[in-house]
Amino acid sequence: MYLWLLAAGLTIVFGVLGVLNFAHGSLFMLGAYFTFTYYGLLGVNFWLAIALSLLSVGVVGYFMERFFLRHIYHMDHAFQLLLTFGFILIFDDAAKMIWGGVAQIPPMPSFFEGTVSVVGRPFPVYNLFIIGTGLAVAIAIWLLFERTWWGRMVRASASDREMASAIGVNIPTLFTGVFVFGAMLAALGGALGTPVRVVAPGIGAAMIIQAFIITVIGGLGNLKGAFVGAIIVGTLSAYGILLFPVFELFLIFFIMAVVLMVKPQGLFGG
Amino acid sequence: MKTRLAILILVVLLALLPAYAGKYAVYVVIHILLLSIFSLGFNLLFGYTGLLSFGQAGFYAMGAYGCAKILLAYPSLLVGIVGGVVTAGAVSLLLGFLCIRHTRIYFSMLTLSFGMMIFSLAWKWRDMTGGDDGLVGIPRAPLEIPGLFKINMAPMENYYYVVLAFAILAITLFYRIVHSPMGLAMQGIRDSETRTACIGISVRKYRLLSFTIAGLYAGLAGALLPPLESTVTPPLAHWSHSAEPVLATLLGGVHTFAGPIVGSVLFYLLKDIIVRFTEYWQLCLGIIVVVLVMGFRGGVASIFLRERGRR
Repeated sequence: MYLWLLAAGLTIVFGVLGVLNFAHGSLFMLGAYFTFTYYGLLGVNFWLAIALSLLSVGVVGYFMERFFLRHIYHMDHAFQLLLTFGFILIFDDAAKMIWGGVAQIPPMPSFFEGTVSVVGRPFPVYNLFIIGTGLAVAIAIWLLFERTWWGRMVRASASDREMASAIGVNIPTLFTGVFVFGAMLAALGGALGTPVRVVAPGIGAAMIIQAFIITVIGGLGNLKGAFVGAIIVGTLSAYGILLFPVFELFLIFFIMAVVLMVKPQGLFGG
Repeated sequence: MKTRLAILILVVLLALLPAYAGKYAVYVVIHILLLSIFSLGFNLLFGYTGLLSFGQAGFYAMGAYGCAKILLAYPSLLVGIVGGVVTAGAVSLLLGFLCIRHTRIYFSMLTLSFGMMIFSLAWKWRDMTGGDDGLVGIPRAPLEIPGLFKINMAPMENYYYVVLAFAILAITLFYRIVHSPMGLAMQGIRDSETRTACIGISVRKYRLLSFTIAGLYAGLAGALLPPLESTVTPPLAHWSHSAEPVLATLLGGVHTFAGPIVGSVLFYLLKDIIVRFTEYWQLCLGIIVVVLVMGFRGGVASIFLRERGRR
């Protein structure tokens, strides 16, 4: 499910801004690190820690968009990829500098420990919580885009930038907002992921590949596709590693390539 | 005329390098030459044809593993290198058919996924590739043509001349390619696909050619590696390794002939220098990339060109 949160942010940013953000995985990593710092090191309340880390990553996203990305929208996709790739390098080393090169294992809030029984099998409470959050976010995003004024403006500028601008949508501000929103989704994924996995520099690069696969399979810029894609990839890597450990990684990339060749707009692309 | 003289001096300096420089310098120059070959091929695809590939490391690894496998079975340097290049070329021709169906972001993603497929094979197909241990103990086999001559390659200086010869060959050939009608056709495709198609040039054919040549160059750079290091490991195929020629090209200058070479030199020297002062070399590199993309998209070579143009 945190794959979904990660992919959702990536696909929203791509759908609206037309930028494929290579550094999206690094924002995920930053979200994880900030949560770890606030909760694990400073001992802030778990919920507050998540909120703070979302805010922090949002600020980072704001700077990225406002001072860098904004100036190269008109250029070829390649340069946006390169720019965000540069940010991966910066974030990775910055994380190493601040938090050290070794992997950190964040503590789990005590009220999430233990298991509940689901259909007769023990199931960790925390996993249940993440699934719930993922679903809640999916519904919230859907409501936001389909039912609110802001969502309508975003969709309008995604389909026709100039027209939206002509009828009075403030495109630059909107783009910054969308980018920050996407960054915060990535951070949420990272923050929620922290208690069940290690945090280390370099997880950003690993996560972005996962996110690319998901968004490509589901269709770049397509939220429903990202949701289904996350489920497919998540299930596949979980069962793949059980059933055919040797070709699990190969299979995932193979599927990605086949989708790209047969239906480049993704399984759910129009 | 001036340029020719400069190139001549450079070649002489490089040829005499082992005489006045230490082993480490020779080693560094070999790596710079490899990266130059790698980046040149990449730039044919990106700078000249307008396709940004993130899977070049896959072909590099095909060259490296191909050469390593041959050398382990049959220790002859020339056979190993040529075998590696042919392997990489064949694979890139095959994958090229599939990849060039798309452009822009979809092309980048497709090359990324194929590159990572090669990576996962190198990582998991233990019987063939040695898995995550890689292949070790690859001999630096003698350069030999049976009945004609046989040169011992054990001293690194000797191997340096082999690499230098291949690099000069590759660079000269590249110059011919980009200044031929074929090279112009590729640039036409980059600037306007529709117009190029309208004057009767097969866009598909030239994209495929460009892709295959880039694969061959990546394969050559890869094939020259195992005799030097005597090991090959899966990270050679990882996408982060594909980023190296991208960065070198960007550093030196896209769209220019010498850009990737200048970039490779800068990339390596910068790395060498920065690593001495700080372990956060990636951070510096990242900042350089951001600055380049924001302000100097032509790279270092373009600054020189601009200077010359002003005069």
